Amino acid sequence: MVMEIRRTDGGLALDLTGEWRAVAYRQIDTALAAVDLAGAHRVEIATDRLAALDLTGAWRLGEFVRRARSAGVEVAFAGAPPDQLRLVEETLRPVAADRAASLPDSRREPVSRAVEDEVEEAEAATLAFIGRRAVTLWRDMTGALAFLGRLSVTGLRTLGRPRGLRPISIARHVYDTGITAVPIVALIAFLISVIIAYMSAQQLRSFGAEIFVADLVTIGVLRELGVLLTAIIVAGRSGSAFAAEIGSMKLNEEVDALRATGVDPFEALVLPRVIGLVIALPLLTVVADLVGLVGGAVLCASLLHMPLDQYAHQVSQSISGTTFWVGIVKAPVFAVLIALAGTHRGMQVRGSSRELGRLTTVAVVQAIFLVILADALFAVLFMEMGI
Amino acid sequence: MIYPVLEVRGLVNRFGAQLVHDGLDMEVREDEVFGIVGGSGTGKSVLLRSILGLQRPQAGTIRIEGHDLTQLSERALRAVKARYGVTFQQGALYSSLTVLQNVQLPMIEHLGALSPSVRDELAMLKIRLVGLPAEAAGKYPAELSGGMVKRAALARALALDPRLLFLDEPTSGLDPIGAAEFDELTLYLQRQLRLTVVMITHDLDSIFRTCNRVGVIVDRRMETDTLERIVDHPHPWIQAYFHGERASIHLKVAHGA
Repeated sequence: MVMEIRRTDGGLALDLTGEWRAVAYRQIDTALAAVDLAGAHRVEIATDRLAALDLTGAWRLGEFVRRARSAGVEVAFAGAPPDQLRLVEETLRPVAADRAASLPDSRREPVSRAVEDEVEEAEAATLAFIGRRAVTLWRDMTGALAFLGRLSVTGLRTLGRPRGLRPISIARHVYDTGITAVPIVALIAFLISVIIAYMSAQQLRSFGAEIFVADLVTIGVLRELGVLLTAIIVAGRSGSAFAAEIGSMKLNEEVDALRATGVDPFEALVLPRVIGLVIALPLLTVVADLVGLVGGAVLCASLLHMPLDQYAHQVSQSISGTTFWVGIVKAPVFAVLIALAGTHRGMQVRGSSRELGRLTTVAVVQAIFLVILADALFAVLFMEMGI
Repeated sequence: MIYPVLEVRGLVNRFGAQLVHDGLDMEVREDEVFGIVGGSGTGKSVLLRSILGLQRPQAGTIRIEGHDLTQLSERALRAVKARYGVTFQQGALYSSLTVLQNVQLPMIEHLGALSPSVRDELAMLKIRLVGLPAEAAGKYPAELSGGMVKRAALARALALDPRLLFLDEPTSGLDPIGAAEFDELTLYLQRQLRLTVVMITHDLDSIFRTCNRVGVIVDRRMETDTLERIVDHPHPWIQAYFHGERASIHLKVAHGA
C-alpha cells in the first residue's frame, strides 16, 4: 500500500504512506492512476506519514497534481508541499518552456491532409532513399580510392628510406596472418581436394577414366581453389583482425596519439599490414597447393587403388609451365585487396563500439567479395591470354 | 537496529603473492560525503570494485544498509545494486546509446515495463538535474565534452534515485573551474536528494570542498577521521599528502577559519 484514500464532503483526502521510491514506481503509478476524480472538487494530500519520497516518486505525484488541476479539481497539501516536488518542477521548467516553444511548429500542419500528399511524400522518401544510397556509394568509392592513393604515396615515400618500413612490425603480421593460419589452411585444402577427387571419381568411373581424377585435382587446386580458399580464410581471419585492431585503436585515440607524435598511421599501421599479408598469402597458397595435391593422392590411393608413382606421373603430365604460376600470381593481388578492406574500414571507425562491429563486418564481407570479383577478372584475363 | 549506510570489516584482497588489503575497515554514515584517498597502487579501485560486488574479496564483510554483499546470491545482489549509483573514472557511458538511452538503461533493467513517455520524462528529469542542456539528451557520448560525459554519467548513476552514490575520480580530467562546478553539483545533489556520497579522489581541492570525513589507505588498511583531524594524523604518507606544497593553502584556510 502506498496510500489511503478517504472520501470527504466535496472531495478526496489522499494519505500517502510508505516508501515512494523509484523501485516501487509501478505500485505508485497504479495507485495514482486508479484515483477516481469524478465528482471531486478538492483533493487534499497528506505527506506526513511518508517514509521516503525520491525524485521519481515526486515526479509521478507532480503529474497527478497536474492532471487533477487540469480537470478543474483544487489540489492542496496538508502542511507544506514536499521539497522534492519543488525540485522536480524547478529542474524541468526549462524543458517545459522548450517544449511549449516547439509545439506550435509540429501542430501547425492541417489535420486533414489529402491522400495525394501522402503518396507524393512516400515517393519523395523513396527517391531520397535511393539518392542517399547513391551518394553514400559514391563517397565510399572515392574514399577507398583516396585511401589507396594515400597508401601508395606512403609506400613510395618509405622506399626512399627503408628504415620507415618497420621490419619488426611486418614480421609480426607475417606471423599473425601467415604462420598461425597454416593449420586451418592446410586442413581446408586437404578436405577440399578430397571432396573434388571423390566427386570426380564417381563421375569419371562410369567412363572408365578414373585416371583423370589426378588431373582434375591438380588443375583445380593449383589454378583456382588453392589460392581462392586461402584468400577467403585469410579474409575472415585477418581482414576482421585488421579492422578490429585499428578500429579499437581509433576508439582509444591511439591513432590520434600516433599522429600527434609525428608518426604517420599509414606508415605505422596500414603499410606493415599490407606488406605482411602480401608476403604471407602467397606462402600460404603454396602450402595449400601442396596439401591439396597430397589430399588428392591419399584419396586416389585409398579409393581408386592408384599407385602413388602413377598419381605423381599423372600430376606432372597435367601440369603445364603456367599452371602453378597462374594460381600463385593472384595471391599478392588478393592480399592487397584483403588488407586494404580491413585497414580502410578500421580507420573509418569513430565514436562507438557499434561502429566497430559494423565496420569489421563490412571489412570481411567486402574483402571476400573483392577477392571473388578479382578472381573472375583474372579468369577472363587468362582466357584472353590463352593460358 | 540502525545500520551504517556502508560498512566494511576486515577486508582482505590478495592477487597471487600481492596483498592489497589486509583487514581494512571502513564505515560510511548517512548523509555524509566520504572521501577515499591513497597513493597509486594502494587499492582504491580494488576497494571500490569489492564494494560494488564486481569482485569477491578473500575475507571480510561488506554491508550496504545491513545486507552483507559477500554472502548474497546473484539474485539478491541485483536488488542491492538498484540501491546505489556509480560513476566510473572515464564515464563508462555506453557508446552506442544516446545520453537519454544511457540514463534509461537502469530504469529498464530494474523498474520493469514503464511506458516510453514516462521513461523519457524521468530520464530528462535526471539529465536536467545534473545541469545538462536538453539538447544533450539526444547526443552520443562521443559527441560530448569531458565535463559533459562526467555529468551524463552522474545522471545515469541517479537514474534509480539511489541513496548511496559512488564517484570514482569525479573531477579527474576536468579543468579547475569545471572541477569546482562539478563539486558544487555533487554538494547540491547531496543536500537536495539527501544522498550519501562515497568518492575516490586525488584532488585536494575537491576533498576540501566536499568531504566531511576522509579515509586514507595506508599500509593496506584505512585510517579514517574527519577532514579537520585527519590532516594531523602522524603517518608519514598522510603528512606528505596533506602538508605538501599544494596542500598548504588549504590548511591555512581550514585552520585559520
